[in-house]
Amino acid sequence: MGDVSLIDYFGRGFDYIFRHWDRVSPRFWEHLQITVISLLIGAAIALPIGFWISRVRWLATPVLGFLNILYSIPSLAFLALLVPFTGLGSTTTIVVLVVYAQALLVRNTALGFNSIDGSILEAARGMGMSKAQIFWRVELPLAVPVILAGMRIATLAIVSIATVGALVGAGGLGKLILRDPQNFPVVSAAIICIVFIAVVADQIYRLIERLVAGYRYSKVGGKSARVINQTNQETLTAAVKP
Amino acid sequence: MNNAIVFQDVNKAYGDLRRAAVHNVSLEVMEGHLVVLLGPSGCGKTTLLKMVNRLIEPTSGKIFINDTEIHDLKTTELRRRIGYVIQQVGLFPHMRIDENVKVVPKMLGWDKARLNTRADELLDLVGLPPAEFKKRYPAQLSGGQQQRVGLARALAADPPLMLMDEPFAAIDNITRTRLQDELLRIQHTVRKTILFVTHDVEEAIKLADEIVVMREGNVLQYDTPLNILTNPADEFVARLTGAEDVLRRLSLQPVASVMLPLTSEATVSDSTKKIAPTSNLRDALNLLLSDPAEQLIVVNDENHPIGSLTLESIHSFTQTSRTPTQVVGQPRSR
Repeated sequence: MGDVSLIDYFGRGFDYIFRHWDRVSPRFWEHLQITVISLLIGAAIALPIGFWISRVRWLATPVLGFLNILYSIPSLAFLALLVPFTGLGSTTTIVVLVVYAQALLVRNTALGFNSIDGSILEAARGMGMSKAQIFWRVELPLAVPVILAGMRIATLAIVSIATVGALVGAGGLGKLILRDPQNFPVVSAAIICIVFIAVVADQIYRLIERLVAGYRYSKVGGKSARVINQTNQETLTAAVKP
Repeated sequence: MNNAIVFQDVNKAYGDLRRAAVHNVSLEVMEGHLVVLLGPSGCGKTTLLKMVNRLIEPTSGKIFINDTEIHDLKTTELRRRIGYVIQQVGLFPHMRIDENVKVVPKMLGWDKARLNTRADELLDLVGLPPAEFKKRYPAQLSGGQQQRVGLARALAADPPLMLMDEPFAAIDNITRTRLQDELLRIQHTVRKTILFVTHDVEEAIKLADEIVVMREGNVLQYDTPLNILTNPADEFVARLTGAEDVLRRLSLQPVASVMLPLTSEATVSDSTKKIAPTSNLRDALNLLLSDPAEQLIVVNDENHPIGSLTLESIHSFTQTSRTPTQVVGQPRSR
């Protein structure tokens, strides 16, 4: 950056965004699209797998181990590896992002189901709930906050990793950077947009969590029922990835 | 009275049949009675209890509830007719208190208005004013309050039979005593058949109409608390229940049963030591020893003297109270 101050740097980024929104916006929407599609596909695959390994316990270690190995492959190498099969473009990026999401989502889904206190399930069975009733009315609602925590982390990871996709011809904010990597304002504008998506997504998750897991935060007569979301913190430390 | 639950040669073995968790148990539990399954850890009391609502399946034998063999019913249907209370309570943390209470009646298809009145009624019954408590979440209640909700939830659909698995074991002493008193009060009004598992002898003696003493999967004795204390079936039962503990036996005997007729025209003044005929002899002894009083005057509800009690009368009771009665399998009626 040389003699350019940080404020100056981001100031010029904002400036670029406002002046050239026509150049930024297509990349911004592409980025959002790649992120959302990857998340949805990722969740659709991860939820059943996570539930499955929470039931068949001996599968948990090999499945999570395998996913961790995939997660540890550098994104650039992973993309390059896939190009011969999926070609250049967004598809390759989405495949990589879906695979990365698995490590975070599968773990948290299994954790969500496993962390339900056995006495709650015993009470549910003892009261005469059927297996389906126990799943829909007890297990799933109790697992959702932990699953959401995983989604939150996965979203942050995907939003930033999606940038690299530009190297294999995907759209998105990475493309903006790649076209002119020496240009401060452009790079800065891309960073601002990525952070913006991440922050907004985080707030949306916060909102959803309040809605579906209000019991964790409710207050009556000054007595708080807030449960400190340990899993949230555990996964946070595990999710940092370049 | 009818038998509400009948165990017929019930066995439960995990692998090796010679070391069965429950071994050839035959029991008949009378309707409206509170029967305590008492014994040390691993004696099979919880296993026996959980076979009634089929959380554990017996290896062999039959269990009847009101003459219906439990395997003739669908598991879920059977369980919805049985109230179930466990030590860890197991309330659903994501449901409010009233929703927790309504779970079983909801499954039975009650309409909304009936569900709401029932939830309020039950929370009142267990001493949690619905206006204050019904919209809270379980985490906002103390352990004792949570178990009250657990009890209300189990009673919700008005099941004739309740299974309680060490419900008060994880609760502090003072709260436990209060909950025991409340259970007795509730039981007095609702008259359920209750199977109650505990390893706490005091609790068993306090709550039970009859006690089933178990050890290593076998039923050693099945009788009223007083009969078990005065006439334990063997050395183990005597040691477990503390039958040699005279005070414990006194705590089960009402004053009315040993009081002497009034000798002279007794007058009741403020300084006279008075006791109710329904109090137990342990309290009477306590009163006699705490102050150098010659005798206690037994007075009825209207404060009218109806008898007297001295140290000698209590002493002579402890000498003669060992009566020869013991039946296994069917309790002596009281």
